[in-house]
Amino acid sequence: MEKLVIAGREFNSRLFLGTGKFDSNEIMEQAILASGTEMVTVAMKRIDLDNREDDMLKHIKHPHIQLLPNTSGVRDAKEAVFAAQMAREAFGTNWLKLEIHPDPRYLLPDSIETLKATEELAKMGFIVLPYCQADPVLCKRLEEAGAATVMPLGAPIGTNRGLQTKEFIRIIIEQANIPVIVDAGIGAPSHAAEAMEMGASACLVNTAIAIADNPVEMAKAFKSGIEAGRMAYEAGLGVQAANFEAEASSPLTKFLV
Amino acid sequence: MEIRLNDRTITTEARTLGELLASLNLNSPGVAAAVNNKLVPRTGWDTTVLAGNDAVTVIRAACGG
Repeated sequence: MEKLVIAGREFNSRLFLGTGKFDSNEIMEQAILASGTEMVTVAMKRIDLDNREDDMLKHIKHPHIQLLPNTSGVRDAKEAVFAAQMAREAFGTNWLKLEIHPDPRYLLPDSIETLKATEELAKMGFIVLPYCQADPVLCKRLEEAGAATVMPLGAPIGTNRGLQTKEFIRIIIEQANIPVIVDAGIGAPSHAAEAMEMGASACLVNTAIAIADNPVEMAKAFKSGIEAGRMAYEAGLGVQAANFEAEASSPLTKFLV
Repeated sequence: MEIRLNDRTITTEARTLGELLASLNLNSPGVAAAVNNKLVPRTGWDTTVLAGNDAVTVIRAACGG
């Protein structure tokens, strides 16, 4: 498999993991390690003085893993820039998953604020990976604004509904000069494999692994799905027939008289 | 004096941001702090003098996708 390169950093795995919704930090860490991922997202929150929790960072800090702080919780570009600065200070990295979704019901990204924030943060030296609508025009604009990748959604966050935006993601991949990472909605290894077969550079998965009965096994299943899909893409998939007429793959000569 | 810390009002004797965070054991690695919505880098904590009603925000890592 070709290595994935983002902003000059090589990744051996094309599966990125989110850290939300796991039953415990220990299970999360086991799933991260089993998945083979080298990119893991982390959120930020205000410290609750009455409830000092276990520091989750120690469970994801491994030498092969790039931390990807997200800006979840911000409502506009201004808040996103503030969150990005806080993240850079707290985690010592300028990598950033930019996500601006002011509406808590569908958690859909605000395209206008995301574009504004991408432009500003790229100028400030951040490596910006914006979570965005599966909108081919927007994705080109994000690329021009300095995004390191685009991260179009397959379906709303946490829904496990798969690649509902497939036809648009196909166009985004065809047009992009930067990696396209399908984020959100991927609910099964087959969804991830399909995205990779289409030529996506990577997938970001969280809920489907975290809420599985056995997250560690599910992490391995996603690893296989991602690898299978990518290998198929690199090997060159056969062209899909335009109709349902069969085309023989074995000789049709009669041999039983 | 009274300040706001993550939306809670607290009384503190601390004169600087550094003293405040140390007094509350909030000066561990992986923490970032802001005063009145402006990031203060760790190197500036000890020289950032607090005033009454300042809003201090202290964040750390949390699980998320």
